Amino acid sequence: MMTKEVIIEKINAFLIDEFEVDGEDITPEANLKDTLELDSLDFVDLVVSIESNFGVKLVGEDFINVVSLQDFYNLIENKLA
Amino acid sequence: MERVVITGMGIYSCIGKNLDEVKTSLYNGKSGIVFDEDRKDFGYRSPLTGMVETPDLTKQLSRRERISLGDEGAYAYVATMEALNNAKISQEFLNENEVGILYGNDSTAKAVVDSVDKIRDKKDTTLVGSGAIFQAMNSTVTMNLSTLFKLKGINFTISAACASGSHAIGMAYQLIKSGLQDCIICGGAQEINKYVMGSFDGLGVFGMNLENPEKASRPFDKHRDGLVPSGGAATLIVESYDSAIKRGAPILAEILGYGFSSNGEHISTPNVDGPSKAMFKAIAQANLKPSDIDYVNAHATSTPVGDANEAKAIFQVFGENGPYVSSTKSMTGHECWMAGASEVIYSMLMLQYGFIAPNINLDEPDDDAKKLNLVRKTLDKKFDVFLSNSFGFGGTNSALIIKKL
Repeated sequence: MMTKEVIIEKINAFLIDEFEVDGEDITPEANLKDTLELDSLDFVDLVVSIESNFGVKLVGEDFINVVSLQDFYNLIENKLA
Repeated sequence: MERVVITGMGIYSCIGKNLDEVKTSLYNGKSGIVFDEDRKDFGYRSPLTGMVETPDLTKQLSRRERISLGDEGAYAYVATMEALNNAKISQEFLNENEVGILYGNDSTAKAVVDSVDKIRDKKDTTLVGSGAIFQAMNSTVTMNLSTLFKLKGINFTISAACASGSHAIGMAYQLIKSGLQDCIICGGAQEINKYVMGSFDGLGVFGMNLENPEKASRPFDKHRDGLVPSGGAATLIVESYDSAIKRGAPILAEILGYGFSSNGEHISTPNVDGPSKAMFKAIAQANLKPSDIDYVNAHATSTPVGDANEAKAIFQVFGENGPYVSSTKSMTGHECWMAGASEVIYSMLMLQYGFIAPNINLDEPDDDAKKLNLVRKTLDKKFDVFLSNSFGFGGTNSALIIKKL
């Protein structure tokens, strides 16, 4: 079972390395679209990164209530639970 | 009718990654052909190819911009940056004016193979990622560059086999001449990888001098045994004379004629009448006589039938004591979708710097080639007008005439 800390660490790492998000912008409150500047195409790539990092497959509906980075951490934690 | 000029050029090829390197290679008769071990293992009959590195654009472009860009798009981006700089066109100019793009490209094999392989493996289309579709479409170069440079004019890809790049310039010429556009980024790109040329190699038409790759491409030579595939990208800025004058742009040359034709015969074997018709049309459109042409950059790819038929066509058009002729494919190999644009740039460099690049590896011209004024060694020669031939599968032919200004 992966701890919440490890999940957050992994997500932050690929956001910085693969999505080239500025590390200083990464806070739990950060808005994925506005602060991290992720667009609709980037959400497809988030699905790819989650699959390769955590082995779980997200679908579009999973993102309906995801606004902040904290929402995204929670989503992955729930998927892995 | 508007006069049409060339105000910028950029090149990324196996004989140089910019205009300066390419000019030096052309002058020195340097070959860019190598033996690709990967192709040998993959099942190629001939593993010879021109080779370029995939440019690392991490410093120039964001992830979002890079993710949609396949190899041919990356080559084209580098060539286009050089051409825009050379033409003194800034991003501000592109933002404020209606600049178009017409680019030759006729495959995106690697992007298609990679994404389909991933879907097969994962059994899930989402997992190919968001960039795959934009890399895999045939219009990948124009869709990416038009987005990156925020272009607002004409925007489409021309697929005409190995004449794609030449027809792209020809179409740009027509649109500007008729006053529909003032400035168009045009050119041709060709991906280099084992996926794109496998089926071409399967036809048994690639050169087989595996011991001496640099000697394999030998257009017009009696002992030629096939072409050598190659690639990269070449960009030209084609503009109305008035637009160029208005913005104080460097005017490199004027496009005077674009002749085209279709053979209406065999899918892969070229003929004589189609190419000669394209050349005659270009000369008539330019309002010139055949004797006004100083240099012909031949399409000649180093195949036995293709070169012989082009030699016959050139002789039919120009007769005895015709213009200087060489095929720069002797150095670059056949840059396919890019060739029509790159060979205009090679000829433009000769025009600018006063030399004619050699048709290397021409030890013994065959009977048809003997009738031409072939240049075997670099000739220091100032000249004014050249004609560039490009032909492709399906019998598509294009001939462009360009004059120094």
